[in-house]
Amino acid sequence: MTLEVGSGLTIGLILGTVIVVAAMLIWVERRLLSFWQERLGPNRVGPFGLLQVVADMIKIFTKEDWVPPFADRFSFVLAPAIIMTVILLSFAVIPFGPNVGVVESNIGVLFILAMASLGAYSVMLGGLSSDNKYALLGSLRAAAQMVSYEVFMGISLLGVVALSGSFNLRTIVEAQEGMWFFIPQFIGFVIFLIAGVAESHRLPFDIPEAEQEICAGYHTEYSGMKFGMFFVGEYLGLVLVSSLITVLFFGGWMGPSFLPPIVWFALKSGVFIAFFILLRAAIPRPRYDQLMSYGWLFLLPLSLINLLVTGAIILST
Amino acid sequence: MFKLVKDTLISQVVTLWGVFKKIFVKADTVEYPDQQPYMFPRWRGRIILSRDPDGEERCVACNLCAVACPVDCIALQKGEMEDGRWYPEFFRINFSRCIMCGFCEEACPTNAIQLTPDFEMAEYVRQDMVWEKEDLLIDGCGKYHDYNFYRVAGKQIAGKDKGEALNEAKPVDVRSLMP
Repeated sequence: MTLEVGSGLTIGLILGTVIVVAAMLIWVERRLLSFWQERLGPNRVGPFGLLQVVADMIKIFTKEDWVPPFADRFSFVLAPAIIMTVILLSFAVIPFGPNVGVVESNIGVLFILAMASLGAYSVMLGGLSSDNKYALLGSLRAAAQMVSYEVFMGISLLGVVALSGSFNLRTIVEAQEGMWFFIPQFIGFVIFLIAGVAESHRLPFDIPEAEQEICAGYHTEYSGMKFGMFFVGEYLGLVLVSSLITVLFFGGWMGPSFLPPIVWFALKSGVFIAFFILLRAAIPRPRYDQLMSYGWLFLLPLSLINLLVTGAIILST
Repeated sequence: MFKLVKDTLISQVVTLWGVFKKIFVKADTVEYPDQQPYMFPRWRGRIILSRDPDGEERCVACNLCAVACPVDCIALQKGEMEDGRWYPEFFRINFSRCIMCGFCEEACPTNAIQLTPDFEMAEYVRQDMVWEKEDLLIDGCGKYHDYNFYRVAGKQIAGKDKGEALNEAKPVDVRSLMP
């Protein structure tokens, strides 16, 4: 049975793999973090602690799923569903291999940006409906951060789009046959990396859920599986950003032919996932105003300059 | 501009590299149940009551440990044997309160109460944390091998009169005129 784009088997495999990988990342992150902090991390449950994920899942499924009586019930329940849905939908346009993918879309980049913007609703609704001051502060921060970082996240991608001449992610990968785009678009790559961290609100840009300042931010009031959906949604976002970087800047599934293309894709994405965990281990969280001014005053002009220079070079050749 | 790049980028990259190198460093973790740590003999852990070299209880029920205890976890009742020795009728330590400070050991005049390096005292029932004298009493001398309170103290008991203890002079007869 061969894999082809859009077949039921492929979709099922991608959905299953992505969710399992996102769940496994809980374990991966804890172990990697602990190695970087000269610890061992969870290594008790099963071989190398691999079954820790199962234990966590059992725990989170059996926890009381409590909705606070003061919360706005509808949007409270809706919020965690949104983040899972939009991020899983974003995976639809990502080409995992030459013939692996869910849909063939000519507006792949735009679709992902749109879905990322919708993801902002999840944290905003979650924080607002909780009727909790920490949650409200968290969602305020999340809204401002995601809106401002989306601007140059899009602009930093325009260089790639200009070079490949397409919004289709598969075409973008195929355009990197000769040279991966992180060489001509290095500034765009760095900006997209930073924006990606901010967009998936991972550390060091986890300001919406900064534990030390505002409890858990927008998901302060969440428990049980609703919290679990936020949690897995965050890891799904991590996987999404990593695979996006792979697709846009590092040639997607391309690589020497001794390994199958899908393995190359997984390897490259894995490197970026590990890098994001390293970011969490190493970099302290900036202050909220520092984050905003860094975005608007430094990264936005830089991405605009990058776009201008790219355009000029494309026009002159 | 250069300073901005230096502050925002270079220092972050240096930090990242410094943290990344830690993956090659051996972890500091002691995997406790598999890998038992060396417990120093003077570690302040589970409390025991010791016996003197003759096998008698050392505790003379003076209550100094109970007084010294900052959390009031020690309770005991004095009793007296026929030969004049004092002993605790009951001796009870509530380990759910005990903070292992060792004050009782310092207060004890007879080296009876001692702290040991054992710290694995978890229980499923809170009531099991209350230890009676039978649980506390051990068959040995603990840390002090040849100390016997009644042999060195002036206290009079059956079979040992005043002045018969080790290093003790006969009591002075104050009514005598002899030098």
